[in-house]
Amino acid sequence: MEVLAYLIPISLLLGGVGLVAFIYTVRSNQYDDPEGDARRILSDEWDDKPKP
Amino acid sequence: MTAQLTSGTAACPGCIASPAEPARPIPQDVQIALSLPGIHCSACIATVERELNAHPGVEDARVNLTLKRAMIKAAPDLRAADLIPVLENAGFEAHELDPGALSATQAGKAGRDLLMRLAVAGFASMNVMLLSVSVWSGASDATRDMFHWISAAIALPAIAFSAQPFFANAWSALRVKRLNMDVPIVLAIVLALVTSLWETALSGEHAYFDAALTLTFFLLAGRYLDYRTRAAARSAAEELTALEVPRAIKLVDGAEEEVAVATLAVGDLILVRPGGRMPVDGEIVSGQSELDRSLLTGETLPVFAEAGLTISAGEVNLTGPLTIRATAVGEDTSLHRMADLVAIAESGRSRYTSLADKAAKLYAPGVHILSALSFLGWYIYSGDIRTALNIAAAVLIITCPCALGLAVPAVTTAASGRLFRKGMLIKHATALERLAEVDTVVFDKTGTLTSGTPELTNLGDHSRADLEIALALAEASSHPLSVALTKAAREAGIKPASLKGITEAPGYGTEGTWRGQQVRLGRAVWTGAEEGNQTAAWLSVGGQAPATFLFTDSLRPGAAEAVQALRDAGKDVVLISGDTQGAVQALAAKLGIDNWVAQALPQEKAARVQELSEQDRHVLMVGDGLNDTAALAAAHVSISPASALDAARVASDIVLLGNDLAPIADACDTAVKATKRIRENFRIATVYNIIAVPLAVVGLATPLIAALAMSTSSITVSLNALRLR
Repeated sequence: MEVLAYLIPISLLLGGVGLVAFIYTVRSNQYDDPEGDARRILSDEWDDKPKP
Repeated sequence: MTAQLTSGTAACPGCIASPAEPARPIPQDVQIALSLPGIHCSACIATVERELNAHPGVEDARVNLTLKRAMIKAAPDLRAADLIPVLENAGFEAHELDPGALSATQAGKAGRDLLMRLAVAGFASMNVMLLSVSVWSGASDATRDMFHWISAAIALPAIAFSAQPFFANAWSALRVKRLNMDVPIVLAIVLALVTSLWETALSGEHAYFDAALTLTFFLLAGRYLDYRTRAAARSAAEELTALEVPRAIKLVDGAEEEVAVATLAVGDLILVRPGGRMPVDGEIVSGQSELDRSLLTGETLPVFAEAGLTISAGEVNLTGPLTIRATAVGEDTSLHRMADLVAIAESGRSRYTSLADKAAKLYAPGVHILSALSFLGWYIYSGDIRTALNIAAAVLIITCPCALGLAVPAVTTAASGRLFRKGMLIKHATALERLAEVDTVVFDKTGTLTSGTPELTNLGDHSRADLEIALALAEASSHPLSVALTKAAREAGIKPASLKGITEAPGYGTEGTWRGQQVRLGRAVWTGAEEGNQTAAWLSVGGQAPATFLFTDSLRPGAAEAVQALRDAGKDVVLISGDTQGAVQALAAKLGIDNWVAQALPQEKAARVQELSEQDRHVLMVGDGLNDTAALAAAHVSISPASALDAARVASDIVLLGNDLAPIADACDTAVKATKRIRENFRIATVYNIIAVPLAVVGLATPLIAALAMSTSSITVSLNALRLR
């Protein structure tokens, strides 16, 4: 049962990393145009180098 | 989701991080926002962005497909009017939006706030669920207690943060001694936390921390969906409102000065250029022109204007510059007085209660009574307040309106998304439910069924020589009839005759010399013809009898299809217009509408709609003009095109973004389906309750059963809503 002492903090930490990542994506406006972003991935433009 | 639009293209973190361009001295770049109702795929995005970026002066253009909108960072002297033709040439309809109004909407902040709370609730509920699963699968004694304590440590702060919107809503309802859906929600959450803490402290078996969190999560998901649907509609409606040009040219001691319309005062002299709209009520001081009154009265025939004529705000000046003296400004203009009619008519509509409200009214008291009864029953039966409280909490959690909270928003989100893709914007929350009940559709004519631009009908009646002269004269003018004549003649392959000394007499027409003879194209009196009752222009060549060019208002694309589809669906179609008998009759015959009214005054239109409502009909009003506004507000539900006047759009529930009318019939269909899904969802939620509530009341419900009932009902309801897409 000592393994719980590691596993529970680890699971909380991993979940927390997910939460922080999500908050970061919300803050940086990544959900403004979900439909457009889904389509843009199919565009050939800027395939060779990122848009400046 | 619009607050960040002012930051424009700095959308991705990479862009924010990249070194900023060398500081540019003022003037700052302007932001232009365009609404693009026609875009739908990656090719559209690429074309629009390529066309815009290739235009000189544009620094950066980015399309937002979700909102069907382009944000453009451009040089200070670039206007949206310069960019719209660029897109139209590429085949995209474009309308200007006011970026000021965009940034003013606080919508984005509230949405982000909800999304954060949703994320925290989701994170916490997953972690707690992990611990709960271990408890359900057999953890006991000290391990179980430890798991419960850890759950409590996660759940309490998470709920304190995530459930704040519910606490706030429930408190504001309770303060005025009323019940809303949030009161049982808050009671269930709080009671679940309290009994679980109590149980944990006594090393009890059942704790409902996971239930409290999943409940919060699902309900927040419903709130967020609801918010998203409304925010998209609201922000777009606000931008459209901002479309009206708020500037006017004021003459101060003979010098022109551009000022905001709001600052105009009675007695000011205002210059209105051809193509401009009257900003105020007033009187013409000098100049000659023609006025288009179609937005106010529905008349298609332009009215001759000269010094001394009284004009109303909203009329459009067609040919010559006019100087007017303001007699009424702002709230006193006839444009605004019309709004009073709207206010009266609208008070009747607010009586409509949405399906969700009806459900909540039945539901909230029922749940409280049931839970209180089970508490009392168990207290009397067992004499143990702990057992009784546990069971009351279980009843509240199981009956909690997770599925009910999702039932409506999930469906409206799916339905509005579907309609938005077809170019319709749902402005009002209950518009879909009301649209589903519609059995009579009332159309306005000018600007709604017709596009408001004239079309030449009798090209074949004229000799080639006449047409060549007429074309040469018409090309020199920007009057709508001239433009229509030019278009028709050019399409027929006519070449303009060579004329000398072409001049435009504002308000009358254009004249010139052809082989030594004076030729004139214009009004009846000016060319020596008899005035008819149809829209027409006359051509006189020397002393010969004038030739008549007849025009009709061209049909809006999709008008015939929409009317046909509505009739096929068994709805009555009525045409009510302020235009002349002949014009209305012709259009009604063309579209196969039997029931029509001509020369209706604004009050008559509203009265007619009211009359239909009193006959227990549910009227859908489709109109665009100021004269339709009262009728739009009086109808059960109303639609107006994006080209409609401000007041009309404000009064209507649904705005058509594109030019096409065809989506109207489709919208009725979608609305009926959506309402059906909402009812189905209520039924599904009820079935789950019927199964789970007896278990809870007799004390057999465990946290596992509660979690299962809650999750499955919420997921079924969401999936059912998705069938609508």
